[in-house]
Amino acid sequence: MRWGLEDVRVRRGRTLALDGLTMPADPSLVTVVVGGDGAGKSTCLDVLVGLVEPDAGTVRRPAKERIGYVPATAGLYTDLTVQENLDFTAEAYGLSGSEYHRKAAQIAERVGLAGARHRLGSQLSGGMQRKLAVGLALLHSPDLLVLDEPTTGVDPVSRAELWRLISAAAAEGTAVAVATTYVNEAARAAYVVLLEAGKALASGSPDDILDAVPGAVGAIQGAERPTPRSWRRGAGWRVWAPTGMLPDGVRPVDPDFDDAVVIAALARQRER
Amino acid sequence: MEVLTEARNASRRFGAFTAVSGVDLLVKRGEVVGLLGANGAGKTTLIRLLLGLLQPSDGLVRLFGSPPSLEGRRRVGYVPQTLGLYAGLTVAENWAFTAAAFRNVSTPIPERIAAWKHELAGSLPLGTQRQVAFALALSHEPELLVLDEPTSGVGPLGRARLWEDIRYTADRGSGLLVTTHNMEEAEQCDRLVVMADGKVVTSGTAAEIIGGRKVTEVRCKDWSRAFRLLDANGFSVQGHGPALRVAASAADVGGLISREGLDATIEVVAANLEEAFVAMVSTPAAA
Repeated sequence: MRWGLEDVRVRRGRTLALDGLTMPADPSLVTVVVGGDGAGKSTCLDVLVGLVEPDAGTVRRPAKERIGYVPATAGLYTDLTVQENLDFTAEAYGLSGSEYHRKAAQIAERVGLAGARHRLGSQLSGGMQRKLAVGLALLHSPDLLVLDEPTTGVDPVSRAELWRLISAAAAEGTAVAVATTYVNEAARAAYVVLLEAGKALASGSPDDILDAVPGAVGAIQGAERPTPRSWRRGAGWRVWAPTGMLPDGVRPVDPDFDDAVVIAALARQRER
Repeated sequence: MEVLTEARNASRRFGAFTAVSGVDLLVKRGEVVGLLGANGAGKTTLIRLLLGLLQPSDGLVRLFGSPPSLEGRRRVGYVPQTLGLYAGLTVAENWAFTAAAFRNVSTPIPERIAAWKHELAGSLPLGTQRQVAFALALSHEPELLVLDEPTSGVGPLGRARLWEDIRYTADRGSGLLVTTHNMEEAEQCDRLVVMADGKVVTSGTAAEIIGGRKVTEVRCKDWSRAFRLLDANGFSVQGHGPALRVAASAADVGGLISREGLDATIEVVAANLEEAFVAMVSTPAAA
């Protein structure tokens, strides 16, 4: 593990915001942290970038000026133009001259704002603002890019563009850590951490997580709950049998990521 | 099944701008219909038309078989993404307020939210807040429910519980219209309606919308180089675990990969709903 968290604990009052969390963030790879609100995603990223000191555990990160970080609710100045945002960010990182102009032009092009450099941040759509914020965080070619829910509330077209930007950063050698509440975005990662109540319910590559689903998963139609460990999928149900023995009439299916997440949470509940 | 709300060839113009253009949409009893679209596609305008908060410039809109009216709106429930709870009131006070607004003051607080009745709504975890907001929207037994990203941001078990509530409501005969950007939610719906630029570009089940659409999957040891190559050559490429997925033919992708001498396996695979959606709304003419 080049960068990342190892067995990190963060205490918030009487509760543990992070409880023994390990999360690698390695060069050229995208790590995705998936979880609901309050799962600890932001705390995890705050520890990674150095905004929060852990109570226990190890954090590896590059020097502060080699990190690009976009928090969930900001990342650009809405009362500055696109160009002013680029200039301001460049100045903050001590970039100047032809190197800066080349990079700024490249990023404006990349985020689709080359023709809108004099537009105010506030005049951009939500998706555009998020793309510009990620672009600004990439201006100084960081070693580690950390993005807190860059795609929340963003429509699928802008989301695909954002992910292309994120993957492109990884393809250039940057280590990328992304938090999301959208479970299906986990499939885009090289490494996934399913976070719930400060703990990893499961972690590994998307394939590893699917392969590690215990027992058997099945599908059945009907309005009545078939077993206690069942949840709705469309008009029917999904059924999880920890022992691998599905009840009669339940058709076995290959679990997908949605199933894996629910099963990990049910398995955790069972341990308690 | 009885039609609860309907738009037939409905349009709405604001000056020279057409927000909704010739749209057809139906929600029947017992079904969960998903309304998808990029921002600015016209989803909100369409819902305002269905509820009678806006008049159509052209076409027909019906709510419970009549032109939308206050009378019809009393039979509708709505949960916005921001939930509309009073954070500084307890769950019981939120319930009493909603009940009073719908003149149902005698209705007791439902059991599934009673456990939190003395808690301030704002102090509850988001999944619980969503459950409370959903229960409030059901307090007057609406026949049509409109939900905006009902399960986004909620953990796995909370989400499972919410979908159970939603399905239970549909099974009892209400109709639900879910607007969402969240593909997991879209896949939970019985039927989807996809809008772009004010028009319906496609509708049907998730499987019907994906249809025969394919993407090309590339697996290459040198992931970064393959991505940079495809990206630099203008392909719409997306990272997908250890693989790359490209919305282009295997011949085009394979040609480029082999010209560059990259060692990669190339496979044509079925598109997922998000890929189908993006392809459709990015090039509406091809849909």
